[in-house]
Amino acid sequence: MIELENVAMEYSGRWLFSGVSLSLAPGSFHFLTGPSGAGKTTLIRLCSLEIRPSGGRVRLLDQPTAALDRNAVADMRRRIGVVHQDSRFIDHLTLAENVLLPATVSDANLSEARRHLDELMGWVGLSQLAESRPPELSGGERQRAALARAVILSPDIVLADEPTGNVDWEMSLRILRLLIELNKLGKTVLFATHDMTLIRQAKSQVQARVLRIRDGGIALAGAEL
Amino acid sequence: MRFRDALFSDGIAERVVPARGYTAWLTVLSAAAMAYLAVLALALALAAGGLAERWRAELAGTATIRISAPADQREAQTEAVLAALAQTPGIATTRVIEDAEQLALLEPWFGSDLPLETLRLPALIEVTQDGDGPDPVGLRQRLAAEAPGAVYDDHARWRVPLIEAAGRLKTLAYSALGLIAAVTGVTVALAASAALAANGQIIDVLRLVGAKDTWITKAFVRRFTARTLAGAAAGTIAALVSVLLFPSGAETGILDALGFRGFEWLWPILVPPTAALLAFAATHAAAARRLREVS
Repeated sequence: MIELENVAMEYSGRWLFSGVSLSLAPGSFHFLTGPSGAGKTTLIRLCSLEIRPSGGRVRLLDQPTAALDRNAVADMRRRIGVVHQDSRFIDHLTLAENVLLPATVSDANLSEARRHLDELMGWVGLSQLAESRPPELSGGERQRAALARAVILSPDIVLADEPTGNVDWEMSLRILRLLIELNKLGKTVLFATHDMTLIRQAKSQVQARVLRIRDGGIALAGAEL
Repeated sequence: MRFRDALFSDGIAERVVPARGYTAWLTVLSAAAMAYLAVLALALALAAGGLAERWRAELAGTATIRISAPADQREAQTEAVLAALAQTPGIATTRVIEDAEQLALLEPWFGSDLPLETLRLPALIEVTQDGDGPDPVGLRQRLAAEAPGAVYDDHARWRVPLIEAAGRLKTLAYSALGLIAAVTGVTVALAASAALAANGQIIDVLRLVGAKDTWITKAFVRRFTARTLAGAAAGTIAALVSVLLFPSGAETGILDALGFRGFEWLWPILVPPTAALLAFAATHAAAARRLREVS
């Protein structure tokens, strides 16, 4: 589903990481952890095709990504839901319109997505806020809305980059539960977080593996939990 | 993307680009101002063209014979000229301009108090030409022999510069029209570039959720084309009202009429769609440039 082979990433002459290889099976749940600046966000961005690696190969959904043109990248992104730490929205559109955006911009059946919208907004607990604008929402509400937007097209992969970074503990647990529910529906989930307590909390609810980025490399860290 | 698609609403797709902001007003106002100037330039060009054509037609078909002779010979020479003209091919009609008519023509220049009757006025004969008119060289030679005081003036000396001046005025007006079109295109392109830069975050979000470049381009092009069309339509209407309020040629004596006649009304109607077409192309190019910078 997600395969990285000897991937390296360089920023301004400095190697953030190199020789990173990993393979995430379909339907798996992985946490990605590591200290700030280790490259968690960079790895998530590599997997959402926002950036290209300085070296190595990235395969997503059984396709090599190196030769994808802009249209193919857009097509691929419709099959990958992403929740960013700063949950980016279009502020003058309503929350419902923002959540529907992936369906609006794609060739998807928009009327079906609209029917699905109520259910989805209920799932993330934002039914009452559907007509609100993103700036009117709290951090937790924004993250849940971003999660709803990420899954409106029922993607195969869900990438979450520190979605609990700016919310309280209760909200963190709520977001975690939503991601676990998605995984139980068969979605492949990669959840970047530095919150080890949250990861430990997840252990009892989902069969998750933990990947740790450190010292320019990546390793399974299951035993340390 | 087709031009037609840019003019019709598409729900959220249209609203993705903010309706407010300085770029929105900049586009509408510049389109209105440019359309206003374009219609005026168009009216000027058509009026100048009409004026040149009218001068050409009117002056090419007439000539004047001036007879400056001593008072006792004036009538005899006038009769001789009329007789010669009657036998000359290419002459349709002749008419002696009476003294009273000449005095009336001079009154605006010298005033009504001047004792014009004391002036020694030449006899004037207005000649209407037929077809290509008479052979001027042959006619001048004959007049010199039969009426030494007669001078044949076919207006060529001042007709040509006048027609040239009118032609240049027309060229100038069409050049202004071309310049206005170019400035409109540049202004809309700048406004579109500014809007694209100001809405960089929106473009990032759209790309992130899987929007293709064509979709993003379409959203921006639709907004800017519609704004330009609305602004240009308002400017065109304002210009047409101004043209209608312009004094007619009979009152001003400057231009025959600064306005449109018959099928000429089609030209100003074409200004808003032309402006929209320019906006379509300019925004398309600006969006393509901006999108090349986004992953």
